[in-house]
Formats: sequence, C-alpha cells, structure tokens
Amino acid sequence: MLNTMAGKTQIKIKKKSEFMRTLKQMSYNKLAVFGAIVFAIELILVILAPLIAPYGYAEMDMAAAYQPPSWAHLCGTDDLGRDIFSRLLYGGRYSITMGIFSIGISVMLGIIIGSTAGYFGGKVDNIIMRFLDIIQSLPGMLLTIVISAVLGSGYINTILSLSVNGIPGQARMLRAQMMRVRGSEYIEAAESINCSKFRIIAKHLIPNSFSPLIVQATMGVANMIIMAAGLSFIGLGVQPPASEWGAMLSGSRQFIRSSPHMVFFPGLAIAITILALNLMGDGLRDALDPKLKR
Amino acid sequence: MLRYILKRILWMIPIVLGVAIIVFTLMSFCPGDPATIILGSTATESDLTAMREELGLNKTYIERLGTFLYDTFIRFDFGESWITRTSIKAAIIERLPRTMLLTIATLGLSTLIGISLGIMAAINQGNWKDNFCMAFALIGVSVPDFWLALLLILLFSVKLGWLPAMGIGGLQYYILPAMAGCMGGIAALARQTRSSMLDVIRADYITTARSKGVPEFRVITRHALKNAFIPIITIIGTHFGKMLGGAMVIETIFAIPGMGSYIVTAVNSRDYPVVQVGAVFLAIVFSICMLGVDLIYAAVDPRIRAQYGKKSRKVKVNA
Repeated sequence: MLNTMAGKTQIKIKKKSEFMRTLKQMSYNKLAVFGAIVFAIELILVILAPLIAPYGYAEMDMAAAYQPPSWAHLCGTDDLGRDIFSRLLYGGRYSITMGIFSIGISVMLGIIIGSTAGYFGGKVDNIIMRFLDIIQSLPGMLLTIVISAVLGSGYINTILSLSVNGIPGQARMLRAQMMRVRGSEYIEAAESINCSKFRIIAKHLIPNSFSPLIVQATMGVANMIIMAAGLSFIGLGVQPPASEWGAMLSGSRQFIRSSPHMVFFPGLAIAITILALNLMGDGLRDALDPKLKR
Repeated sequence: MLRYILKRILWMIPIVLGVAIIVFTLMSFCPGDPATIILGSTATESDLTAMREELGLNKTYIERLGTFLYDTFIRFDFGESWITRTSIKAAIIERLPRTMLLTIATLGLSTLIGISLGIMAAINQGNWKDNFCMAFALIGVSVPDFWLALLLILLFSVKLGWLPAMGIGGLQYYILPAMAGCMGGIAALARQTRSSMLDVIRADYITTARSKGVPEFRVITRHALKNAFIPIITIIGTHFGKMLGGAMVIETIFAIPGMGSYIVTAVNSRDYPVVQVGAVFLAIVFSICMLGVDLIYAAVDPRIRAQYGKKSRKVKVNA
C-alpha cells in the first residue's frame, strides 16, 4: 500500500517536473521571458479591447481626420477620423487569432498526415511525401493566394487558406520525428502487447515527437500573422472596414506622403507581435533541446 | 553524377505536371461564372452561352484539364488573358525577367549581408559585435516586408528624394524593392551562418591551419566557411522560393510589372488562365533553383559528390 502510493507520487512529481523544467529552463533566458511578457500584455490588451479602447473601432469623426499622434489619439487618426490606437486593439483580435487558429489547424492536419507517413512508411510514405513535394514546389505565398481566391475573402476563409500552406512543413517535421522514435524499444513493447495502431500513434509516437512541433508552431504563429497581413494588404484576406492590421496598412498606403503615422503604427503592431513570438520560440527551442539539458 | 542530375531533371516533370493539375483544379472550383465576369452582368443569355462555348466551359472538367495540359506543355500555347485579351506568353516573356532580376538582387543582397553578419557574430562570439548581429537578425525576421517597403519609400523617396518610389526604369528602381525584400533572408542567413560556423570553428583542422601560419582571413573563408556551407546553401535555396512568393507583395507595392503583380491582378479580377500559367511558371523556376541547390551541394562538398560517384571508387576507399 505504502509502496504503491510512493510510486504514484513519484510518477506525479516526474510528470510535473518535465513541464516545470521546461518553464524553469525558459526563465533563465531573459529575452524569452521578455517576449512572453510582451505577448501576454498584448493578449490582455486585445482581449479587453472594448474596456481599454478609448473609441469604437468604426467610430468616425470627420472633423478629427488625419490627426498626428496626441494625448487624445495615442496613434493619431485615419482618413475617416477613426482612432488608430482603438482600431489596432480591435484589429489584434483578427490578426492574433488568425495566426493561432491557422497554425492550430495545420498542426492537427500535419500530425495526421505526418504520423501516417512516418508510422506506415513504404508506399504510403512515398505517395504522401511526393504529394507534399508537389505542394511545396509552389512558393508558399502563391499557394495561399490561389486558395484564398478560390475560397473568397473573409476571416474563416483566410484562416483555412493559411493553414493549407502550413501543413506540408508540419507534416514533414512530424514524419522525420516519427522515423526517429519508431525503432525505439517502447514502440516494440507496445506492439508486442497488441496495442492498436491508432493507440500507438496517438499515445506513444506523437507525445514523444512533440517538442519540436511546439517550437515550430510558436514560430509558425508569427509567420502566419505576417502572411495574413500580407494577404489583406494585397486585397485578399480580411476586408476593410474590419481593422485587421494588414488591411489597415493597405488602406492607409495612399496617405503615406501626408500622414505617415497611419502607415507606421499598424506595421509596428505587427512587428512587436512577431518579435515577441520569435523570442518565445527561440527560448522554447533552447529549453526543449536535449543537448542543453542540465 | 550525370545519372543523378538526369534523374533529378526527369523528376521535375511529374512535379510540374502535379502543380499544373492542382492549380487548374483549384481554379475550376472558383465561385462565379467566368462568362458573366468577362461580359459583365448586363450581358444577354445568348452572349453568355456563346462566351462559355468560346472558353470551353461547357466541356467536362477532364476535357478542360486535358486541353490545358496539352496546350501548355505540348504546344507551348499559353492562351490569352480573359480580361485584357492579350497573349499570356508575350506578357510572361516581358515580365519574367523583371521578377528574376528582383529576386536575384534581393537574394544577392541578403546573401552578402547575411553571411557577413553571421561570420562577424561567430568570430566575435559573446561580445557586443555578436549581440549586435543577432539583435539585427531578430529584428529582421520580425519586420514584415511590406511595412518595411512603405517605410523605405517614406525615407528614401518622400523625405530624401534619392530613389524612385515606384514603377520601372533603370536599375535604381530595383534598389528599394530589393532592400525591402532582403531582411528576412538576411536574418535567417546570419543565424544559420553563425551557428554552423560555431560548429566548425573549434574543429582540430582549424587549429592546425592556424598553427601552420595560414592567415586568419584565409582560415575563416577557406577552412571554416567552406565546411559550414551546406546548411547555409539550404537556407539560400528555401529563401529563393520565399522571395519568389514575396515578390507578389513587393511588386504590388512598388508597381513593378513583373510576374508577381501579374498574378495578383489576375487573382483579383478572376483571370484564371493567367493564374494557372503564372503559377506553373513560378513552380518551374523554383524547381530549377532547387535542382541548382542540390548540384551546388555536390560542387561544394566532396563527401556528397562521392556518394553519387562511381561505385568502383567507393569500393577502393573501403578497401
């Protein structure tokens, strides 16, 4: 009785320590902590946008159009007199969720495709990989543009077209990871006690292939946010008057000579978000790197 | 080696065909009736029917796909744009060189700056020069290229008036677009160069080279960099593809009439034939570049060359 209890607590401690170890390792990295804090602040600002934003995102005031930054309008106003700071807060809801959801979808589909290819190997692997080869020989942005032309513009459709673009990369990485762990003894053990293939993939292979996936997903969110903004910028993606950051940039392009602040702040918002995510991703990669384990 | 090159070139055929089929299929799922888009909503029903007949839209999907593949790859007839009614082939001949020039300028700039920064960071590991290079790289990956493009226009053409903001003309029209597009490449290359230089710089053969009195510059360029080059080439190759894709946004901003802006305009006006042929062309260019990367691997690294070399040589080495 005492023995089993001791065993249980030990297992518990070990499980906790793996997660805590990563966090602790990350906390040594000042830049990663800085990135995480910036991103957290940004998330809070964006979630609480209706409470924080001084104006509505579509609130027009033609008398106050084209104003440079001031205390009344922190980032100035645009051509219709809308407060750019408020619009940025609301726009962050589009940009950040688009990044997270699209990478989420592509990770899930990437796991399914990659683990199928990696576990079964042989012909299945060959067919899947050649198909991914074909998709990847289209430059990423081109594929996204074509798919979003087919699906049409809008929030959900943009997420879908972005996630298709991310699938090959995720699938490839998971496959490589699977190939590495497939020959391990614990997989052999699971096979020998007649575990189903699904169970082996879901319970043994995927959790053991997870850490590079998490790193790539964190960096992927940053990439997706840039691509989403780029899509809106060339007129696909989320359409104005929605205040998605890329759409705001695209709308203010023609006023670059007279009111440069209209171009400056939306881009700055994107750049800060991407920087924070990249710092976090770097820290996470170092923390999860077995070579750097202490 | 020759066998390998031949195999790689043959492998490009199914890839390009696959791309053509995928793009064609995607475009055929596009919502909306092309005949209505071309003639406008005021067209009569008989006009629409005649137009559909002319575009071959009343045939089945398989028939249209077959015609498309046959025309493009066997007859080299790329058809004409639905909107402007001009030959796509002529447009591509005119536009592709501009996109290639832009991509190569961007890639060249980012290779030059990226590798130099990476080397500087690696040989000064830990001090302020290293930190400066890595901070620069970090900011480089975080700045979206289209925003950087706007800021550069603001600085160099609006405020200082040194460079033209848009259009094409002499080489000076490509400076700002290349600067805007190169940041991502610089960042990735600087990081990769630094880490692979750090891997080799403590190797014994570097110490040997130094101790026998090889000048430091030669140690870095000939002994260290050459051995660190394989992963760097991979990054250059993948960035070629990214820049081809990124050219779509950059060309749109700077109003450069290249392949990128051609495709973006075509997507927005639902000009399917242009999108299809344009995508296939970019895929071909990209595949050729990836083939080039693989060949450069072999040229740079004798170990890889030996893998594809003759069997007898391998046996000799083993014996």
